[in-house]
Amino acid sequence: MTYDVPVAPGEKPELEEFVEGAADGWPMWEVFVRARRGISHVHIGSLHAADARTALQNARDVYTRRGEGISVWVVPSSEVHAFEPEAAAEYVEANEKVYRLATTYEIPDEVGQM
Amino acid sequence: MAPEEKFQALVDAEEKIEPTDWMPEGYRKTLIRQIAQHAHSEIIGMQPEGNWISRAPTLYRKAILMAKVQDEAGHGLYLYSAAETLGVRRNDLQELLHQGKHKYSSIFNYPTLTWADMGAIGWLVDGAAITNQVMLTRCSYGPYARAMVRICKEESFHQRQGYEILIRLCNGTPEQKAMAQDALNRWWWPSLMMFGPNDSDSTHSEQSMEWKIKRVSNDDLRQQFVDMTVRQAEYLGLEIPDPELAWNEERGHYDFGEIDWEEFWRVVKGNGPMSRDRIEHKTRAWNDGAWVREAAIAHAAKKTATAA
Amino acid sequence: MSDPIVSSTPQGMPDVAMEPHLRQLVSHADDNLVLAQRLGEWISNAPDLEIDIALANIALDHLGVARALYTHAGEIEGRGSSEDDFAMRRTEREYLNLLIVEQPNGDFAHTILRQFFFDVYQRLLWADLTGSDDPTLAGIAAKAAKETAYHFEFSSSWVVRLGDGTDTSKRKAQAAVDALWSFTAELSGPYEQAWRRIVDELLDEAGLTIPEDPYQRTGGRDGYHTEHLGVLLAEMQWMDRTYPGSQW
Repeated sequence: MTYDVPVAPGEKPELEEFVEGAADGWPMWEVFVRARRGISHVHIGSLHAADARTALQNARDVYTRRGEGISVWVVPSSEVHAFEPEAAAEYVEANEKVYRLATTYEIPDEVGQM
Repeated sequence: MAPEEKFQALVDAEEKIEPTDWMPEGYRKTLIRQIAQHAHSEIIGMQPEGNWISRAPTLYRKAILMAKVQDEAGHGLYLYSAAETLGVRRNDLQELLHQGKHKYSSIFNYPTLTWADMGAIGWLVDGAAITNQVMLTRCSYGPYARAMVRICKEESFHQRQGYEILIRLCNGTPEQKAMAQDALNRWWWPSLMMFGPNDSDSTHSEQSMEWKIKRVSNDDLRQQFVDMTVRQAEYLGLEIPDPELAWNEERGHYDFGEIDWEEFWRVVKGNGPMSRDRIEHKTRAWNDGAWVREAAIAHAAKKTATAA
Repeated sequence: MSDPIVSSTPQGMPDVAMEPHLRQLVSHADDNLVLAQRLGEWISNAPDLEIDIALANIALDHLGVARALYTHAGEIEGRGSSEDDFAMRRTEREYLNLLIVEQPNGDFAHTILRQFFFDVYQRLLWADLTGSDDPTLAGIAAKAAKETAYHFEFSSSWVVRLGDGTDTSKRKAQAAVDALWSFTAELSGPYEQAWRRIVDELLDEAGLTIPEDPYQRTGGRDGYHTEHLGVLLAEMQWMDRTYPGSQW
């Protein structure tokens, strides 16, 4: 399996321990997106940013590829209070960049499913 | 019901395990390592293709390649987010990569020498990845499975654009066709190696199958990939560099030759042609960017202090 | 502040022959293509994933604008030239981009300040060109204006983050302003006053100062470039020139 990189003979399969306190990075934010008018915001994922403004910019870049008419909320992950939290992710696709659509590419039928 | 029993019952019933559920420590650690290494693979994978953005032969190809590599960064990000639900931090995971304690898919330790490599990578490497990723959408851990669904939707454009590059080359000048054949010659065996060791040599597989982290065996995935890809190579008029490749009517599958396991393990251990370069590049970008990340934090802190 | 000392195209240099409207389209296309090429170099090299994705997005936008402008230029020119004819088959003496966009990326501060200066210019440019008599150009400008607004939000907020971040980031941001300032007279051109108003305000907010040095370098719009453009084009045009007449 591709990402379970095999353990070579003689190597120890360490399942990792982490360095405490190292690498204090940007805090994490949860991202909510309303894909279009008439539906509600949906939790779509998370990202890291130093402040809310960057978090919003990043959220648009990462999760919406800047499609029009979309509403994006970001909330610091630490501010999410939960009771049996449910993370239901929905993928949002922007229409602008046509070459991202798999249907743009002409693949002859005899080649099979792609 | 004991927590272990409840956990396994959920898994057996094809229910998803979510971040707040009880889970065996081994399950949690295995997932952290696997999801993280998957994320690292996406990030490192940006380099071999990023190498050709500045030299893409047309503006259209440049745009597609930029978009593809950008998608890979996004995939890495989704995956790190999934790993973080298991109680680790993204920066810690990256540190393990930089130190060589975490690995990434070996395929990216090969150099991209010609434009045709962009076609070969899209066709073969993304093709192999898709085979694997479709399986992972059925993984038992919710956040990982959901990240995979999102990724799979984006991934099919990646494979198709790579194959289209090769169609053009194979229908082009003799030089272009030779370029395509050369790329296939170099990327075929490493692509087969992406599926890992034979099942008989694969440790951990059984436990991963029981936990439904792994759904299909290495050998089965590899066979699936070969069967699908041979037909695609025939359409291109390219020859797969394996003299033992042959349709086996009895099995209903293609027979193929033995992987060079010495090369396989050599690359896994970090001695592939580009192994050092990939980590050096990643580490350099990270270290060079430290002052930028710190500046953002410092500025945010100033803003908070002023507001308070 | 003393009068600028302007180094521009030298005596005796023949003008690049091109009808004015066509020249305008090609100049702006060249700006955007060269900048896209530069920004593409950041991919897999950025300080963090989110920044990598953001810079790639901006690069793609610039590339998209360049392609639209070249395509339209081909229509105006009427000789069947494609976007790749413009991009891949013109030499460094035929390119009409501003000098600032061909400058190497340098560090992140350098890239951000270059982007900021250029974004302010493009804000003013697109606002102007949405009123163009050429409806296709007006349409391209309207779309580009939306993208530029986003780029400006990104670059200006980063200028402030760096200028008002750590001592190190301030030092690097100031060094970038100092290094790039001599390319800004050519950049701001017809919009100089409005450009200066916006830039002065933001640099002030970021705690950065404008250099006293009166030296300004121009010439890009006449095809008289810095030494960087030739190298950039050699890399970008390599495949097309090595395999002429091939389809990709």
